[in-house]
Amino acid sequence: MTITEQRTQTYGYSDLPGLMGLMTGDEKHGPAATSTLDVLWVLYDRVLRVGPDSADDPGRDRFLLSKGHGPMAYYAVLAAKGFLPADWLPGFGSYDSPLGHHPDRTLVPGVEIGSGSLGHGLPIAVGTALGLRAQGLRDPAVWTLIGDAELDEGSNHEAIAFAGPAGLDRLHTVVVDNSSASYARPGGIAARFEAAGWSARTVDGRDHEALYDAFTAPHPGRPHVVVARVEPKNA
Amino acid sequence: MDTMRDRFAPVVTQLLDEDPRVAVLLAEVGADRFTEALRRHPDRVVNVGIREQLLVGAASGMALAGLRPVVHTFASFLVERPFEQVKLDLGHQDVGAVLVSAAASFDWPAGGYTHMAPGDVALLDTLDGWTVHVPGHPDEAETLLRHAVAAGDDKVYVRLSLQSNAAGRPVDGRRFLTVREGRAGVVVAVGPMLDNVLAATEGLDVTVLYATTVRPFDADALRRATEAAGTDVVVVEPYLAGTSTGAANDALADLPHRVLGLGVGRAELRRYGQFDEHLAAHGLDAGSLRERISRFTAGGVPAGV
Repeated sequence: MTITEQRTQTYGYSDLPGLMGLMTGDEKHGPAATSTLDVLWVLYDRVLRVGPDSADDPGRDRFLLSKGHGPMAYYAVLAAKGFLPADWLPGFGSYDSPLGHHPDRTLVPGVEIGSGSLGHGLPIAVGTALGLRAQGLRDPAVWTLIGDAELDEGSNHEAIAFAGPAGLDRLHTVVVDNSSASYARPGGIAARFEAAGWSARTVDGRDHEALYDAFTAPHPGRPHVVVARVEPKNA
Repeated sequence: MDTMRDRFAPVVTQLLDEDPRVAVLLAEVGADRFTEALRRHPDRVVNVGIREQLLVGAASGMALAGLRPVVHTFASFLVERPFEQVKLDLGHQDVGAVLVSAAASFDWPAGGYTHMAPGDVALLDTLDGWTVHVPGHPDEAETLLRHAVAAGDDKVYVRLSLQSNAAGRPVDGRRFLTVREGRAGVVVAVGPMLDNVLAATEGLDVTVLYATTVRPFDADALRRATEAAGTDVVVVEPYLAGTSTGAANDALADLPHRVLGLGVGRAELRRYGQFDEHLAAHGLDAGSLRERISRFTAGGVPAGV
């Protein structure tokens, strides 16, 4: 387990269920209750080069949460990492709270895009990668997280098919696969990306070392996708 | 005469040279006009292929990264097809872009209804904060394109058309121009409608205002015009009839007034042909306009009769 030191507060992975409980009122939130928790933790704890002090730095890594549904794990991780105060969490979803059931980038520090309608994050991430490249910013990585059922949206396929041939090697996608799509992607999720020229890894979405290895695998000249498989939603 | 679209690529290519924030996003349409710009600025001229959701989504990402994206395709594929991207990826993300459309309401009638977008401005009217330029001449298009790109991080729509007035006028990206003054009615002519409106109102005692920036709507100019010409107002627009009726009503909300909105009808014609035939079918030729404006305004009686 990794512990993060913030100036005022220290939270680790084991604190995330408690932070999520502040939003849901459920003290016993296990990690399995949210498919994205481990992916988000490993990214923010070990991979993304961004923190509360660099949230507006042009050279920061960007993380775009495309799957805006069920953002409790996201808010919990942002609170754990000091982007927002933990005492915002109990107001989750209320009129006076900046924390909605879908995130709004203009209201929440560290949130790069507002999401909720599915299929928007990956095209925006493509544009972000293009925009950084056009300014000579070759170092920042752009990440987006989508769900396996979200891949039903055709906008993703416009982005996948473009990003590979365009050689957007600073673009990264995590597909959290909890088997929630009604119609499984023919040939599997990774194959869809590989066919468009992406680098692809499929790993256990609860295994922090496996996630870290997949997230940091070299992929010169190509965008990179990590398919993080977790328990089926309806199992 | 060259077209508005003939000006688009040279103007934007020059802006690419001058301003490192400017980027161009295309979806095949018009890409051949940007060959030289692409050679000079390979990272700031991007053709995403025939992918209009990605076109607008990528513009959002570019804007989030700090650029000023100029996004171009036919109006039907720029505003209508990816409308949710326009609403969310630009508006909801609180970023700006310059959307530059071609083909307008029926620039290519032989192409049929799939390439007609009379509802584009009305659709943008459901959203907050859009500036809408409707140039009526290639010179005006050039001025308004420069204005749009220079407008900070605003959301700006520039509606280019093959339909054009014979002469350009000194537009400023904000105000309506007074082209003719009368005492018995105000006619607001939008963009390429001006020449037909001037022909239609020849000898009628009406004020003619010329609008090339319709959002925000120049309410002050309309109110000032009504002081001398009265509050019978006709708005003649090259897109869906009535699109600006609400804006004209709001401008005159505290005065008794009447507004007639003329423009492209809702009903699908299912006709091909030439755009002057479509103008006539929608009652936007000079003869039809004269009859409809005369019937509505007190200025319908020719001056001196």
